[in-house]
Amino acid sequence: MAEINLVQAINLALAHAMTDDPSVLVLGEDVGLDGGVFRATDGLFARFGAQRVFDTPLSEALIAGMSIGLAAQGFRPVAEIQFTGFVYPTIDQMANHASRLRTRTRGRLTCPMVLRSPCGGGIHAPEHHSESPEAMFAHIPGLRVVIPSSPARAYGLLLAAIRDPDPVVFLEPSRLYRATHETVADDGEALPLDRSFVLREGGDVTLIAWGAMVQEALAAAEELEASGIDAEVIDVATLKPLDTATILASVCRTGRCVIAHEAPLTGGFGGEIAARIVERGLVSLLAPVERVAGYDTVMPLPRLEQYYLPNATRIVAAARRARAYA
Amino acid sequence: MRDVEDDVVAQFDVRLRRCLDAAGVPISALPGFAEDVRELVALYRGMVRTRQFDAKAIALQRTGRLGTYASSLGQEAVAVGAASAMQPDDVLLPSFREHGAQLWRGVSMLELLLYWGGDERGSRFHETRQDFPVCVPVGSHAPHAAGVALALKLRGEGRAALCIYGDGATSKGDVDEALNVAGVWLLPAVFLISNNQWAISVPRARQSAAETLAQKGIAAGLPCIQVDGNDVIAMRDTVGRALQRARAGAGASVVEALTYRLGDHTTADDASRYRKDAEVSPHWAEEPIARLRAYLAKVGAWHREDEERLLIEIGAEVETAASVYLATPPQPVESMFDFTYAALPAALIEQRSAAVSEAGTPEARHG
Ligand SMILES: Cc1ncc(C[n+]2csc(CCOP(=O)(O)OP(=O)(O)O)c2C)c(N)n1
Ligand SMILES: [Mg+2]
Repeated sequence: MAEINLVQAINLALAHAMTDDPSVLVLGEDVGLDGGVFRATDGLFARFGAQRVFDTPLSEALIAGMSIGLAAQGFRPVAEIQFTGFVYPTIDQMANHASRLRTRTRGRLTCPMVLRSPCGGGIHAPEHHSESPEAMFAHIPGLRVVIPSSPARAYGLLLAAIRDPDPVVFLEPSRLYRATHETVADDGEALPLDRSFVLREGGDVTLIAWGAMVQEALAAAEELEASGIDAEVIDVATLKPLDTATILASVCRTGRCVIAHEAPLTGGFGGEIAARIVERGLVSLLAPVERVAGYDTVMPLPRLEQYYLPNATRIVAAARRARAYA
Repeated sequence: MRDVEDDVVAQFDVRLRRCLDAAGVPISALPGFAEDVRELVALYRGMVRTRQFDAKAIALQRTGRLGTYASSLGQEAVAVGAASAMQPDDVLLPSFREHGAQLWRGVSMLELLLYWGGDERGSRFHETRQDFPVCVPVGSHAPHAAGVALALKLRGEGRAALCIYGDGATSKGDVDEALNVAGVWLLPAVFLISNNQWAISVPRARQSAAETLAQKGIAAGLPCIQVDGNDVIAMRDTVGRALQRARAGAGASVVEALTYRLGDHTTADDASRYRKDAEVSPHWAEEPIARLRAYLAKVGAWHREDEERLLIEIGAEVETAASVYLATPPQPVESMFDFTYAALPAALIEQRSAAVSEAGTPEARHG
């Protein structure tokens, strides 16, 4: 079995799901012959044909809205939004329709669709290609929000998202698309959509992250280990619904935590996690919850992006502050 | 669908404007401005400047010194012809492939390189202060053009807004919504479709079943016309008339320029995945620069020495801009904060200081 990267894992999961289930369709801009601008849908057009893989006209509102119609009709559309800055028009469709079709019709019509989009910075992309909109989607009741951070988790989570009976927003950190390789068995095994992953065990401080920040948290943990601090790392790959239990169990043991995300601090999903920790775990806390996040600024263009993106150094500093707290 | 007895209640046609054929031979009487060859030489120069800039930008990107770049190879006449029809105080709202229009309007090569190199100062524009920056989210600037046009109209200024976008953009709701209001409110705007036949890998025919994209304006009650977008004389003439009409208070119009994307979509694209060389190569025979050069040579207004002199002059301009760009240090880290609001809110002071201290000294950063 060859080692594959994250975008190849996405491709593998799509192909697996399409083979398993003829109702799975792929649609979006340039997903056909071109195979998607990141090549996530590479080869699917040749393999599954024009009846299942569609290049749509250029409209994100259309892509999301049509997916809702398809889903209500029993298909399982997997829609691709080409770059993160272009998901915003889909919020109308996702908030007003995808997320509430089941509720509005009391279960008569449902919306088993997946909205895939790259997210995050770090690849020196043009303007509007590096944002992290996960909290906007996580704020919408009725949606699931997933962000994988490794090839294997991308594979298992995407399969789960496609099989899930409700709409899933599936955000793929573009920085990780080709960053790491691992062996992924194409066994069709899905991962749970409501479970955080403990990637590293440690008793001194809990590092909580998702997306590209997971790599930074793991690097931070290595660095902390060198100075005798034992960090636990949790990948909150399923932001919504949130697996509070795993987070609380860890923080109750360590008493200290750092939450890292790329999205701007204010209104970021880290605030929600911090609130839950405080609500249910206050007595176990030995230090204030630390958040390491993007600044409350517009995502800068590439020349400054490295100074915007949180990194292992900032996570380490925050962990040390938490450690040093009396 | 149609029954013979049904009354015809509306009928439309869409015309195509052309001045020079692909070989540079006039097809019809040329517009008045073309009588002055200096005007045509200026257009020629504008297009050559655009192409030379493009080549340099691609070379910089290929050597890791510029970000992803969208070439306008083959489309120079659309941008230059349209911009040359504008008054300096009209407002340009470009998409991301109209370098020629921006350069004509006074955006500097340095500014363009800064922008495509990932530096916000590239959109600051020392000249042409009211023009909008490049619009990356396709078609989302069309409503801005309607807003700009409304402002110009409310102040009774006799100015107009020119919005340029691609064939792919015509599939977006934003664009239809802008055309619609421009029709109802008689706004002084021109919507120029730069139809280069491709939206990344999606060909024009997969974008819309309409015979022309120009006719999308008909539903909004706008006059619509197609123009040969590789014919800079026809471009300037057509957009000029549309702008004139807008400035005179007669309302908006839609111009569809027919052109062809000779290069990859951007430097991040590999067009060989979805289109064959055989599909592209015939279009080289129609490209706009050779066409105008042929015409100018035929009327005795352009010689080999002129060409050589021009290439040297523009080559020097491009090289100077590139070296200034390469020598321009990045902005200070705090600039991220300093343009977020008019004044830095107290709540951001702490973040700003943290960002500055985390980034370290400028020497540490760029040393
Ligand atoms: C709203 C939006 N969706 C997707 C993209 C990614 N994208 C950039 S250019 C492009 C194709 C645009 O085609 P067209 O409007 O014909 O302009 P062209 O690139 O041909 O100049 C796409 C899909 C984008 N920039 N904005
Ligand atoms: Mg196009």
